[in-house]
Amino acid sequence: MEKIFNISVFTENRIGILNRITIIFTRRHLNIESITASESEVKGVYRYTIVVKTDEEQVKKVVGQIEKQVEVLKAFYHADEDVVHQEIALYKIPTQAFLKGETESVIREHNARILAVEEAFIIIEKTGQPKELDQLFEDLDQFDVLEFVRSGRVAISKPMKTLKTYLHELEH
Amino acid sequence: MMKIRGAEAVMRCLEKEGVTTLFGYPGGAIMPIYDALYDFKDTIQHVLVRHEQGAIHAAQGFARTSGKVGVCFATSGPGATNLITGLADAMIDSTPVVCVTGQVASHLLGTDAFQETDVIGISMPVTKWNIQVTKAEDIAPALAKAFYIARTGRPGPVLVDITKDAQFGMVNFIYEPCVSIRSYSIKPTINQALIQEAAELINQAKKPYLLIGQGIFLSNAERELLDFVEKSGIPVAATLLGLGAFPTEHEQYVGYLGMHGNYAPNVLTNECDVLIAVGMRFDDRVTGDVSRYAKQAKVIHIDIDKAELNKIIPAEVAIHADAKEALQLLTEAVQPRIHGQWLQQFKDLEAVEANEIVEAAIHPESEELKMAEVVHQLSELTDGKAIVVTDVGQHQMVTARYYKYTGQRNNVTSGGLGTMGFGLPAAIGAKLGNPSQTVVAIIGDGGFQMTLQELGTILQAQVDVKIMVLNNNFLGMVRQWQQLFFDRRYSFTEIVNPDFCAIAKAFSIETLKITERNELQKGLESMLQSKGAFFLEVVVQQEENVFPMIETGASVSEIRLN
Repeated sequence: MEKIFNISVFTENRIGILNRITIIFTRRHLNIESITASESEVKGVYRYTIVVKTDEEQVKKVVGQIEKQVEVLKAFYHADEDVVHQEIALYKIPTQAFLKGETESVIREHNARILAVEEAFIIIEKTGQPKELDQLFEDLDQFDVLEFVRSGRVAISKPMKTLKTYLHELEH
Repeated sequence: MMKIRGAEAVMRCLEKEGVTTLFGYPGGAIMPIYDALYDFKDTIQHVLVRHEQGAIHAAQGFARTSGKVGVCFATSGPGATNLITGLADAMIDSTPVVCVTGQVASHLLGTDAFQETDVIGISMPVTKWNIQVTKAEDIAPALAKAFYIARTGRPGPVLVDITKDAQFGMVNFIYEPCVSIRSYSIKPTINQALIQEAAELINQAKKPYLLIGQGIFLSNAERELLDFVEKSGIPVAATLLGLGAFPTEHEQYVGYLGMHGNYAPNVLTNECDVLIAVGMRFDDRVTGDVSRYAKQAKVIHIDIDKAELNKIIPAEVAIHADAKEALQLLTEAVQPRIHGQWLQQFKDLEAVEANEIVEAAIHPESEELKMAEVVHQLSELTDGKAIVVTDVGQHQMVTARYYKYTGQRNNVTSGGLGTMGFGLPAAIGAKLGNPSQTVVAIIGDGGFQMTLQELGTILQAQVDVKIMVLNNNFLGMVRQWQQLFFDRRYSFTEIVNPDFCAIAKAFSIETLKITERNELQKGLESMLQSKGAFFLEVVVQQEENVFPMIETGASVSEIRLN
């Protein structure tokens, strides 16, 4: 059965490793729903969060292929219920709408933040899960959203084994 | 310490890695390395090929017969892209190869400079690892890692792309061989509990059955395999790349697996109760329809590549291990057994195949020569000990079926990728990788024309390769499929051939063409006894089919005898 899986990949920091990871998906005709990358809590180790919709057998094999890459330290996959995940979205709306005071209730209801106010536009920020971010978009759309951008997902798994423990195992 | 050029550092790295033979083709972006190579002419043999694809296939052949890492050089752009087929071949067949490619100077990267191509991007899916080096001081660490990665774990091809400025740059040369990489473990720790579990399954089994692949060669586990088989009494079958890893004349050897394999080992896959697979990856050419493959059996799968376990066939016991170590432990853990009745079932079906196919194939009554009789006679004359390199197609399947491999590492073929054109260049490498052995390249008339430019390499490097082209004037395997599955619509498989012997003669190679049965033995003998390279063309029956055959989508037990 297809469902959303969160793949976490820990790699060395080297040019091209992202490409090595993504072609594993391409080759299997698997669409990446979202992908984010940043340095992890361990210096020099990069962490990728990749979201895919597929079945467990497929995700297991994909993770196996990812982990096989020479510079991948470790890869895991988790179902949605086993991770805490979040996304961030930015919304650009005309300052006009804001000045009329019509946006206040929406911003308040959604617990959103105002990041910047310029003569022509204001930028609103919200973090949350896709549904919440989309809802805010819909509620703001009456004021003519000029631009909308949403990040990929960042996710942290609930199981407690830390990256440092894995690194220790790999090094010894 | 005196500084040296990056290009010289490349050569010194190769020297430190014990490289004595390499294959390559010069060009603009690799000129500094070729200039450095000029000073190493006495210690490193560089074989000038006629096309970069030839270089990498030769490096593959070298690796396969020598057990060492094959090395090749190519320039940037087209030189590098010409390596891709060989990289893909080496990747899927786990062959250790290090390719060094020249690249445009680093300030030109991404500018569409002359002969610039993104070889790192292009080669990524077909290399185990690749790296671009833009500084002279990074050359030695990159090559040290390259050799380490290519030969360890599940071996594979590695590409090191070196920009021209890095080749020209000056560096204090220090070579530290790579001994470990944090993110890459080469030897899994065997889970003893799994060995015990496997041993229990094997001890209780009434009809255990062992499948072996190239992993046996790659971990040098031939001896351990023999011990395990003889103690456990289990019948053994081999994949295409596993042929020869277990002596074909051994009583417990039951044959060759897969699409054109032997009858018994395919049929009885669906009758065994415990299936033990070592160093093989359940290729679809071996399994046929996976949903009807060994469903009744408990599967024990041993492989050094964790990603292979449970990839195609779910295993009851999946052991992530080096074959040699795992077989040693299993041999200790299993009880001695004789599976006489079970083995007899194989022998009975073998008799069916002998009766319906083999006899007629090796002693045909047809007017024309048949491929099988040619290979059979070659096998007899060489006592199964020649290094046999094949290309891809009918002749390859016939060779796998009828050559009785008894030598060491004497089976070189393109398995996973099925690369036509592999045979001739791979044979050059195979000979240089094991010069004391006779090397026979068996090639079809189609595949020969894909890389026949390498006759020039044979001429220049004086490589003693016996080339045997089985000529049926067809792209035979495709034609066979057209006959069986496409209503005999022979769409572009009939091939008008040149005078092969005249071509070989032009390269100063001794030649012989055979069309009649009574010339065969003598012809083969002349080839084997010749000094230096020899070209033998054998004209065989035009529309011969290779049987048995498992049709696409069929189960292994539905293998057709005709």
